[in-house]
Amino acid sequence: MFKQARWNESVIFELGHFGRRGHIVPQVEKEIQQTVGDPKIQFPEEMRRQIPPKLPELSEVEVVRHYVRLSQMNYCVDLGFYPLGSCTMKYNPKINEKLAKLPQVTSIHPYQDSKTVQGVLEILYQLSHWLAEITGTYEVSLQPAAGAHGEFLGALIMRAYHKFNNEDRKRTEIIVPDSAHGTNPASGTMAGFNVVVVPSDEDGCVDLEALEAAVSEHTAGLMLTNPNTLGVFEKNIEKIAEIVHNAGGLLYYDGANLNAILGKVRPGDMGFDIVHINIHKTFGTPHGGGGPGAGPVGVSEELAKFLPVPIVAFDGERYYLNYDKPYSIGKIREFYGNVAVLVKAFAYILSLGAEGLEEIAEVSVLNANYLMKKLEEIGSYELLYAKGRPRKHECVFSTKNLYKERGTRALHISKRILDYGLHSPTTYFPLIVEEALMIEPTESFEKEELDRFIEVMRKIAKEANENPNKILEAPKNTAVNRLDEAKASHPKTMALSWKMHVKKTRKVDI
Amino acid sequence: MMTKSFVHPYIPNSVPKIKKDMMKQISTQSIEELYADVPRKFRLKKKLDLPNSMSEHEVKKFIETLLSKNVTSREMPVFLGAGCWPHYVPAVVEEIIQRTELLTSYTPYQPEISQGLLQALFEYQSMICEITGMEVANSSMYDWASALGEAVRMAARLTNRTEVLIPKIIHPERAKTLQTYSDPAGIRIRSIDYDSETGQLDTEDLKTKISQKTAAVYIENPTYLGFVETQVKEIAEEAHDYESIFIVGVDPTSLGVLKSPGEYYADIVVGEGQPLGIPMNYGGPLLGIFACRDDVQMIRQMPGRIVGMTTTLDGTKRGFCNALQTREQHIRREKATSNICSNEALCGVAAAVYLALLGPKGLKELGEIIISKTQYAMHLLAKIKGIKTPVFNSSHFKEFTVNFDDTGKTVGEIHEKLLQRQVHGGKGITEEFPQLGETALYCVTEVHSKDDIDMLASALEEVVVEGES
Repeated sequence: MFKQARWNESVIFELGHFGRRGHIVPQVEKEIQQTVGDPKIQFPEEMRRQIPPKLPELSEVEVVRHYVRLSQMNYCVDLGFYPLGSCTMKYNPKINEKLAKLPQVTSIHPYQDSKTVQGVLEILYQLSHWLAEITGTYEVSLQPAAGAHGEFLGALIMRAYHKFNNEDRKRTEIIVPDSAHGTNPASGTMAGFNVVVVPSDEDGCVDLEALEAAVSEHTAGLMLTNPNTLGVFEKNIEKIAEIVHNAGGLLYYDGANLNAILGKVRPGDMGFDIVHINIHKTFGTPHGGGGPGAGPVGVSEELAKFLPVPIVAFDGERYYLNYDKPYSIGKIREFYGNVAVLVKAFAYILSLGAEGLEEIAEVSVLNANYLMKKLEEIGSYELLYAKGRPRKHECVFSTKNLYKERGTRALHISKRILDYGLHSPTTYFPLIVEEALMIEPTESFEKEELDRFIEVMRKIAKEANENPNKILEAPKNTAVNRLDEAKASHPKTMALSWKMHVKKTRKVDI
Repeated sequence: MMTKSFVHPYIPNSVPKIKKDMMKQISTQSIEELYADVPRKFRLKKKLDLPNSMSEHEVKKFIETLLSKNVTSREMPVFLGAGCWPHYVPAVVEEIIQRTELLTSYTPYQPEISQGLLQALFEYQSMICEITGMEVANSSMYDWASALGEAVRMAARLTNRTEVLIPKIIHPERAKTLQTYSDPAGIRIRSIDYDSETGQLDTEDLKTKISQKTAAVYIENPTYLGFVETQVKEIAEEAHDYESIFIVGVDPTSLGVLKSPGEYYADIVVGEGQPLGIPMNYGGPLLGIFACRDDVQMIRQMPGRIVGMTTTLDGTKRGFCNALQTREQHIRREKATSNICSNEALCGVAAAVYLALLGPKGLKELGEIIISKTQYAMHLLAKIKGIKTPVFNSSHFKEFTVNFDDTGKTVGEIHEKLLQRQVHGGKGITEEFPQLGETALYCVTEVHSKDDIDMLASALEEVVVEGES
């Protein structure tokens, strides 16, 4: 039986004792002290901090214990199945962590003379070329810090392209399918476009007629995920590309779901002009509970001139940072990208090689189809789209029948899954599926673990029929029982920092 | 052939027999069948042009060999800062963020099973609030530059205005990123001049440029060139007189000794959290700080993930979950306050552990040590013939300008000669600020020993006189 640790751990501000310290910073040498005197004297009085920040005061021992206890109340991919759809929670190789911790990665400064950082530049250069090869694009920028950051860059490149053709005033619309990740429309808006949503057909794919109707001289481009968020390959991709390109728009590939097609089919070959890659998904770097990831962007030859500066280049002898890009969109962050993350991806590609990457695609697809078939057999979970068609990396089930008949929603089922020591799938996404559970097994879990998940889903279906309260009251085996999420967001009860919490509780006391 | 044989340690089901068994159970003859709906014409006909799979030992050797071409700041003293700074990372910080429970978890979409990370991020947000003097912080942005871009867009939404005033002395990469974030929103960026003697913001110029159109006034403290901006209250008043949002950018290591932006009425604080326990990593990942006042209108316009404290449904136990998600892209889509999804959460945890270790005294001491060492470096360098440091007559923290005009040598020449002596000098800023002449921006922190600084001074002395007859 799974039981997560329940430490009832206090917030760090409630711990410690006045005068304790957790770390001693290096002291100033006597000679320096004698030379410069009291550091405060050189500082204007009105700018000195008089009231110290109310940070906790703990010994090193207490800090370690506190955070180790917290870590024990956190599920992770190294503990078990983590089938969040479109999140690609795969294994994060340990060797990659070790390599990224080498001082030759951690202790180099981004403005060091290129002569002194040839090693890291070579890695970045190679990696960008490998990613171009994998995605079938011409040139890759490693700068974006995350997938959505890459999308923002991609949308900016669309803008720059249309501006270059003197069409930017006209081309103000970006098209996204209704099944798209939320980041797509949000990125479109951030880049200054109006978002036009096209519906899906009965297969969950882009409705071609609707797309024909949506494109116009105002179309800047289409953002598409393929395989889409239902795990279904957009079989009409050629026609889609034709419609968008004929209208003068560009085709953007959301790389969140790249895992299933590694070595099988490349976005660039399918007609995509701009592609982002989620390094922390497809290339096995840890997600860190929400980052850091990396979201490189690859583009066609025609669009390469718009990529942000700098691009890592090689002159035949030396690697260097090329800032000479007059048509560049500029910069979307400081420096060159999440280098420590990119080094792990470099190691990942070396470990797998071309053959291994293709194997990843195949096994992730096999796992997804195996799960789909087995879950369908249970009878309580329903595929609303593209029945009988194979899936790629993921599949989406609707639990609407259980909701109608037993009152157990997808949310409740998700919470109940946690009680069995597994993470639950993505819930309520994509939006076109009622009571959705979106399941992506990846290639990282053994058949036995997949079977365990299937068994849990079978048990839960049975529970829903026999004792739905078990599901409605879940979870019971996690560090805390079901949380009141509405309370966390209500203006009256909202506590977004310890300071805010203290302020609110004081008010209540009075 | 039905199945290939390539069994890889990362792929448990890559064993042909397992695959065969699974295929049989789903009535599939071959893997190829599962790709049948991918149009033939697009199918990759060749093998990807990538290296062959390597064993772990080979990977390790290969990467170590490549990396050995790098020269690290452990092998030569490096006096570079400018947005990414060398600081000591306590062993505890490294240990905690390598905990696999935190490292290999996803964004906490199921809070009940992710309390550890959520509480750690809540503590990060809370400690950022304490040091900045704000009440609300999000759980991270990508870096200072993108945090500034988002802050400016937030100010424009809050005020319905489209002009933003920034100081002329700003990191060019940050300014460029700001431009990228502002342009699509129709925001116009205008620069405020500085006093050529002190570097301080030219408040007369500010008064001329500020108007009812000004969405935000932005300053940095310490500034890009390392000096402390002291007219903060006056600037805040000026901004607020016009009902503009006052945004302040910070290096958090200064906040044990320097007044917090909250104390001089900042509305939004952004900054770079990398110095709080995150190695330089050749410039990434970084940690964008984003905080604001406890104001419902502002909170609703904030970008990014925010962790809130709550209770269990039955009200008996404290717990944590993502709050105010209706601002975010996965709910609000094209109407979201930002598109940010993955952020730099684990760097936030590192910063929380770092600040918890240092505590109020440690942070103050760190600031004082940095000031002392900066002072010492400036003191030694100023004695060298032909060198003027700092260029501006103001107090400096961690970074300072060094002008070489009177040496008759360029920053580039001096840099090359220092490098030959195993010293990496500061960042040349002649191209960025031509009006400052042959000037470089130097950085000194607690990791630079007296010996390092002495070595820099003697190397510079040699370099400056070299070739003189």
